Amino acid sequence: MAMNTQGRPSAPLHTPDPGAYDDTFSGSRGLDQAEPLIFERQTYDKSGVDFEAPKGKPSRLGALERTDDLGLPGLSEPEAMRHYVRLSRKNYAIDIGLYPLGSCTMKHNPRLNEKMARLPGFSDVHPLQPQSTVQGAYELIGELAHWLMTLTNMPTVAMSPKAGAHGELCGMMAIRAALDARGESHRRRVLVPESAHGTNPATAVQCGFFCDEIPAGPDGRVDMEAFKGKLGDDVAAIMLTNPNTCGLFERDIRAIADAIHEAGGYFYCDGANFNAISGRVRPGDLGVDAMHFNLHKTYSTPHGGGGPGSGPTVLSAALAKFAPLPFVIKDGDSWRMVEDEADAKAQGAEPFGRMVAFHGQMGMFTRAMSYMLSHGADGLKQASEDAVLNANYILARLKDVMTQSYDGLCMHEALFDDRFLKDTGVSTLDFAKAMIDEGYHPMTMYFPLVVHGAMLIEPTESESKASLDRFCDTLEALALAAKAGETERFTAAPRYAPTKRLDETRAARQPVLRWTPASADTKAAE
Amino acid sequence: MSTRFTKDHEWIRVEGEEGVMGITAYAAEQLGDVVFVELPEVGKTVSQGDELAVVESVKAASEVYAPVSGEVVAVNEALEGEPAKVNESPDAEGWFVKIKLSDKSQLDAMMDEAAYAEHTK
Repeated sequence: MAMNTQGRPSAPLHTPDPGAYDDTFSGSRGLDQAEPLIFERQTYDKSGVDFEAPKGKPSRLGALERTDDLGLPGLSEPEAMRHYVRLSRKNYAIDIGLYPLGSCTMKHNPRLNEKMARLPGFSDVHPLQPQSTVQGAYELIGELAHWLMTLTNMPTVAMSPKAGAHGELCGMMAIRAALDARGESHRRRVLVPESAHGTNPATAVQCGFFCDEIPAGPDGRVDMEAFKGKLGDDVAAIMLTNPNTCGLFERDIRAIADAIHEAGGYFYCDGANFNAISGRVRPGDLGVDAMHFNLHKTYSTPHGGGGPGSGPTVLSAALAKFAPLPFVIKDGDSWRMVEDEADAKAQGAEPFGRMVAFHGQMGMFTRAMSYMLSHGADGLKQASEDAVLNANYILARLKDVMTQSYDGLCMHEALFDDRFLKDTGVSTLDFAKAMIDEGYHPMTMYFPLVVHGAMLIEPTESESKASLDRFCDTLEALALAAKAGETERFTAAPRYAPTKRLDETRAARQPVLRWTPASADTKAAE
Repeated sequence: MSTRFTKDHEWIRVEGEEGVMGITAYAAEQLGDVVFVELPEVGKTVSQGDELAVVESVKAASEVYAPVSGEVVAVNEALEGEPAKVNESPDAEGWFVKIKLSDKSQLDAMMDEAAYAEHTK
């Protein structure tokens, strides 16, 4: 039979050690292209589109006519395309691999959600088009609101907040409005556990409250005695995350709710960790007065890289009427938006004001609704259970080589500290950088602050057992390498990332916030 | 007079009516590289335990509390441009604030060097 002797081997016969040829002439490594900032190209004379210079019309700008160049980078279409695609290839995303960032719920975003969000009736609506033409969008908002109220057993939800912290602000403004309406504006103290998300105290202060910190007990939960000792007639509210930032369920939450209510305050619950309890626990049953959702975490709308958030906020009967404008209602057979205070008052509401120009994030609403309908009520419950199971699997597999911060089971995230790195010369930061070399985005580190050198891992329900095993194998190998004295593997990491260890200290001490040309004669390039 | 320490890792050294204070070497080590220090205004009156300054490192921002009651008579303005002094020399050049003490007896309840060394073990 005829053989093709011109064929080439499809596998390399040997892989030489790069040795002295560790650097390349071009600065690119393999097919990972080096890419400068768009301004560093210093090309100003090109454009992806050719416009003819206007003819026959005298300029009416007079003395306002621009005399110097704008200095915008000029790129042809393929150059612009390559610039952004090359940068995107240096990015890390949930679509590339496990993203164990604790307290962030980086889960898979089902493509069905994307398909639904792109339906023209949802994606092409304009906030100012006639209400009769957006009935379907309004109905979707109403249906999603129904699901959110059902999941929480709460009577009202403000749909307009645009992200988690915005939802917190909504909840705390509703609490402040309720206190003012009661004639108890003197209540200004807000109790915040020391493990709280940083946005909690920030929100309270933004609303004119001041914070009083509640210490954690030895089990990582709210110290009930310390909490009760802080109650008084100047207390406005408690802000609590459940499960808390240590990944632990606050078992005393009912007693906390009762005590704060008895003291005349309200209970704000941070919903950032709702992925652990969605479909299993209804915050309304726990005595919560306000809680925001992060649709972009719990209900799988993409948020990595600064994608849009969405923070609908449920309110209890005590706070319901203070919900902000605008909101959607069913009026007879059709839906409409309540836009102004007089209209709201006619509905029996006392809105504290308005937080947004229009009505929240339609694209995120559509994705969240698609996620909920495709999962069903039982599916949402299953997702939470799997998220908790996955976190406990990681905890069980790693607690003998790493150090678990609090005994017992965790909820949706596993918390470790740096005791296992004691005397190794490896810090939490070094450990995280070594994970990058292994192809994993690091976990949340140095947070929560209540444990030393924290490493907070949230795998979410998206990961299979095989994926969790690969991750745990890697972390186990790293932990053993650190203990075996392979310090340089960590202190020199990352070795394989596009950029090596960044000088965070210098970046913080001497931040360069604005690009400036390297040389003064840049203008000469015009 | 010798240096006294708080459980929150401030030190204070008193000469006459005035005390100079900063954060301890242990605290500076724990914080990591300090990138920013926010100091109070001269003339401010503080009570023991009040928030006196804020120190920010690459890891976290932390409050520094007044170890004693009194009036702020001087602040270490050099820290504004060179926050690294807090790491390099926490107990000398990296001082934060000078306070005119209003109640010297507060020093009695604070730790001496040996007790503080025990506290941070």
